[in-house]
Amino acid sequence: MSEGVAGDTWRGVAAEDKDQLSDTVSLLLRTRSRRLLGDLLRPHRRQMALLFAIIVLSSGAGLAIPYLVAAGIDDGIPPMLRDDGSGTLLVIVVAVVTAALIQALTRQAFLRLSGRIGQDILLELRRRVFDHFQKLSLSFHEKYTSGRVISRLTSDIEAIAELLASGLDGLVTAVLTLVGTAVMLLVLDAHLAVVALLPLPLLLLFTRWFRRESGITYRRTREAVALVIVHFVESMTGIRAVQAFRREPRNQEIFERLNDDYRDANMRAARIVAIFMPGIKLIGNVTVAAVLLYGGWLALHDAVTVGVLAAFLLYLRQFYEPMQEISQFYNTLQSAGAALEKLSGVLEEEPAVAEPRRPAALPYARGSVRFDGVEFSYTGGAPVIPALDLEIPAGQTVAVVGTTGAGKTTLAKLISRFYDPVAGRVLLDGVDLRDLDEAVLRRSVVMVTQENFLFTGTVADNIRFGRPEAGDEDVVAAARAIGAHDFIAALPDGYDTEVGKRGGRMSAGQRQLVAFARAFLADPAVLILDEATSSLDVPSERLVQRALRTILADRTAVIIAHRLSTVEIADRVLVMESGRVVEDGSPERLIGGSGRFARLHRAWVDSLA
Amino acid sequence: MPPQAGSTSDARRSSWNSLWRLRSYLRPYTRPLVVSWVAAVLGIAAGILTPLVGKEIIDGPVAHGDQGALLPLGLLALVLGVAEALLTFLRRWSQAAPVLGLETAIRDDLYRHLQRLPMRFHDEWQSGQLLSRATTDLSTIRRFLGFGVLFLVMNVLQLTTVIVVLLRMYWPLGLLVAGSAIPVVILSQRFEKRYIRISRQVQDEQGDLATFVEESALGIRTIKAFGRRRHVAATYDGLAGKVHRTSLAKVRLSSRFFTFLEVVPNVTLAMVLLLGALAVGGGGLTLGTLVAFTTLVLQLVWPVTSLGYILAMGQEAMTSADRVVEVLDTMPEIVGGSDTVAAPRGHLRFEGVEFRFPGAARPVLRDVWLDVRPGETVAVVGATGSGKTTLTALVPRLVDVTAGRVTVDGHDVRDLSLPSLRSVVATAFEEPTLFSMSVRENLTLGHRDATDDDVRAALEIAQATFAYDLPWGLDTRIGEQGMSLSGGQRQRLALARAVLGKPRILVLDDTLSALDVETEALVEEALRGVLADATGLVVAHRASTVLLADRVALLREGTITHIGRHTDLLSEVPEYRALLAQDAELDPEEALQ
Repeated sequence: MSEGVAGDTWRGVAAEDKDQLSDTVSLLLRTRSRRLLGDLLRPHRRQMALLFAIIVLSSGAGLAIPYLVAAGIDDGIPPMLRDDGSGTLLVIVVAVVTAALIQALTRQAFLRLSGRIGQDILLELRRRVFDHFQKLSLSFHEKYTSGRVISRLTSDIEAIAELLASGLDGLVTAVLTLVGTAVMLLVLDAHLAVVALLPLPLLLLFTRWFRRESGITYRRTREAVALVIVHFVESMTGIRAVQAFRREPRNQEIFERLNDDYRDANMRAARIVAIFMPGIKLIGNVTVAAVLLYGGWLALHDAVTVGVLAAFLLYLRQFYEPMQEISQFYNTLQSAGAALEKLSGVLEEEPAVAEPRRPAALPYARGSVRFDGVEFSYTGGAPVIPALDLEIPAGQTVAVVGTTGAGKTTLAKLISRFYDPVAGRVLLDGVDLRDLDEAVLRRSVVMVTQENFLFTGTVADNIRFGRPEAGDEDVVAAARAIGAHDFIAALPDGYDTEVGKRGGRMSAGQRQLVAFARAFLADPAVLILDEATSSLDVPSERLVQRALRTILADRTAVIIAHRLSTVEIADRVLVMESGRVVEDGSPERLIGGSGRFARLHRAWVDSLA
Repeated sequence: MPPQAGSTSDARRSSWNSLWRLRSYLRPYTRPLVVSWVAAVLGIAAGILTPLVGKEIIDGPVAHGDQGALLPLGLLALVLGVAEALLTFLRRWSQAAPVLGLETAIRDDLYRHLQRLPMRFHDEWQSGQLLSRATTDLSTIRRFLGFGVLFLVMNVLQLTTVIVVLLRMYWPLGLLVAGSAIPVVILSQRFEKRYIRISRQVQDEQGDLATFVEESALGIRTIKAFGRRRHVAATYDGLAGKVHRTSLAKVRLSSRFFTFLEVVPNVTLAMVLLLGALAVGGGGLTLGTLVAFTTLVLQLVWPVTSLGYILAMGQEAMTSADRVVEVLDTMPEIVGGSDTVAAPRGHLRFEGVEFRFPGAARPVLRDVWLDVRPGETVAVVGATGSGKTTLTALVPRLVDVTAGRVTVDGHDVRDLSLPSLRSVVATAFEEPTLFSMSVRENLTLGHRDATDDDVRAALEIAQATFAYDLPWGLDTRIGEQGMSLSGGQRQRLALARAVLGKPRILVLDDTLSALDVETEALVEEALRGVLADATGLVVAHRASTVLLADRVALLREGTITHIGRHTDLLSEVPEYRALLAQDAELDPEEALQ
């Protein structure tokens, strides 16, 4: 444990579910967020410098106004009382108007520029996080769940957007006003300024307390809302089962509990603000009273002028008002901070299946696949594949059969590099898959599973997903080749029919045919079918199988099926059991033998009417 | 959908109505609400009085050198200041419960309502859209009803009070200050409209982006299988770029407006100073009054500038309320009747059933007649797209017929209460939906009182006893959509769920498709026992599954063309043979070998 007490408990997304963190860990998390923030801000250094210049000018103009008011009362009015004319006063009034205009113009420039920077950063962050999620391996997604992916990319990004939109402005203005006001007070009258600034340490301590407390609550709030979101999305996506099995009351119970937790977390946050904001006001008001008293006493003895006293009252208002805003902004900052912590955690996750630093060249894949001493186990589990050596020559069609849990799907996932082996290598045309660029690998190896996800869009869009640059005629040709053309053409708008949410307008079989066309259009050297025909009815399956004969003629294919009909088109059959290949040979030879496959085959023939 | 632009006044009225309707959620919180409002008003009074005390100090003790009067006035300022802070605390503290209570209660109701809305609704709506209503929109409403309304009233109150005070102090200057508020209010009105339009656009575009995020998270396997990361990223980029551009336009718009908002009070201050000084010179005004005047004018800056912001917030809240009410107002088309089946026998009949999607030219199902007698099992066989899944969804009323009726024991399913109907009917879907909870909870979805023995029996029938071998047995939490289980394992759990509690009517929608031959044979053997007692409707692609049934119905283009025994249909109906007699013509040579 080289990390000392913190260990690895904070790395990546590990700390997301905790609401009480040790100091070391929260320090590490803060450093990580800050690094990400710095990273995002760096390209905008010049603009930031310009922004700073503008805001200094703007605050200067703003701070000048009360000072000018004091000058007006002290220097502008007496000459008039002496009937010396109103020249000084006019000059001062013109100066106030000028200052107001400068402040307004610089303010507009500031808002625009900071808005632009903020939006640019946001866009960059969105891109980065989205892209990273896409890069992370399936094993990550399976654990992390899509609900959390969604809340990272929506509510967390929004928290940061809010910070960039309003918070940045608030913070910079408040800090500058604070410092500027303090300086102006000291310039105007040092004695009175000491009284006015006396509560400052108290203010800082109070703010520190607030920062700590709201840090904890905002973390809790965001976690609570994430749970609400996950439960919500899951019930809505699985509403069919929810309704069919009368799950509604129990769901409602769970939801209301999560919702109450969220409310309680929010309540705590609101109460902390309810203590903090009036607290600041209390300090401010007491100070104003003290300034009135002491300032009045000084004025009484002609130690300060009335103008200075007026300026003090104006400045103090400016001094404490932004403090309230800071706390308002602190909420935004806290939630953005918590969001940033999580986002930086996500960005820190390394894809378990990483892209190679220096990809090996494979201009044209022929499609020979070799397993070289491959061992695989899921994290912390028993080995699914203990040790596997297997050679699949280019162009061969291999059927893999075996009971559920025999390791067939794992085998498929290893060839398509959804997972990397724990030991040994998987090679495509003699090249370790880990050395292949993702684009090359995916062009060469495509897997079609039973899970035939369709995206919102038309049928044609979904087929074209296999090869985005394909033309309309290619799309139709692909659909024809696997026998999906007829049903697609019969749809209301043919290929331009919207498939509806996740293909909900189509039957499972139709979706599967579209998924097949998609894979065929991709034209890979190695095609893996993981129980891909299971949801097809017999005529469709027959169509697909007929098509497969042509499609598979010049490419390597690994077909995982529990229906032995698929085996008919295979050159070779592998029977798997507990991650090992127990039988290997041509279908004819195995059927003729007396092994497991022969038994399976007989059982299957019996099952046919 | 949100009201279209163009009929702005109508839209506005409906928006007000939507928001106004939600007020009933605040009813349980009358007391804390009254407390917070009273505290708010008193707080404003304290805030306005403080500068007046300052005026008295300058005009009294300071001007006349009266040291004795200074201390009481100073202490008064102190008391007022402390009171204002305490009142602010009281307002904020008592406000939290009503505001958050409102949000929580609406969200509970929204969720309850969504659970009642039929499949047809959920097929049309992305869950991302629903989510943004349950989270973002509700927070917007919460913020406005909680803080916005209060601040709106407080600000208007403060504005009028201060202006009245100013008018009474020195009316010409008071008039000037009051006049300066007019352009602000007019402009903020105009700004508000444009701001709403652009905010809506941003909201919509963010919605599109969220929908895309959802799809790309759920479809991650497909994206990965085809290595389409860059393609997907490019689409995302396009959508994110749109949000970016519109947000920039929004920034530009509001920067212009807020600048204007800040210029006005400062120019007013300059004018007050000029005219006030002249008045002091002319003896019409005391110095203390001028100081109090300037302090009070500055006190107006926040109420005036925030007015536009709060109005904009109000408009956003109205839009949000519209979006929430839109969902709440969607009538659940499928509501239960009042009948219950006391002792269900499980007699299932389809009588002239038609189903068509709204606006579709061709019905999915038409003129379907089918009588499944108690205890009988009928297999439904048909080509892809012949309407099998829709037929099964009609029984538990996941969808409703558009003509004809479905009856259970003589009751039209639409007359039965939903809990009653759905406890008689259990369905196992082709796509097994598992939830992020323990295996046990997934199994006992509809039967919370199921015993361990019931669960074991169901798992045994479905050949799913592997569940006991999971790391924490039945308490193992299975991931979203059961991702860490194989397709076959998920199907078997879904089947176990359906057979749990011995339903009278069991609907199996191609439930065994992901099982290997050996397991399938075992499951079928066990199912035979279950189906011997229960009425069964089984969608089948394979001869082996068909053999579970007593009779077979052949579905073709949405209607039943043949009903009969498997062997009879096989010999008499060529179409049926084509569907089920799998390898007869596939490749005789190989099949024979």
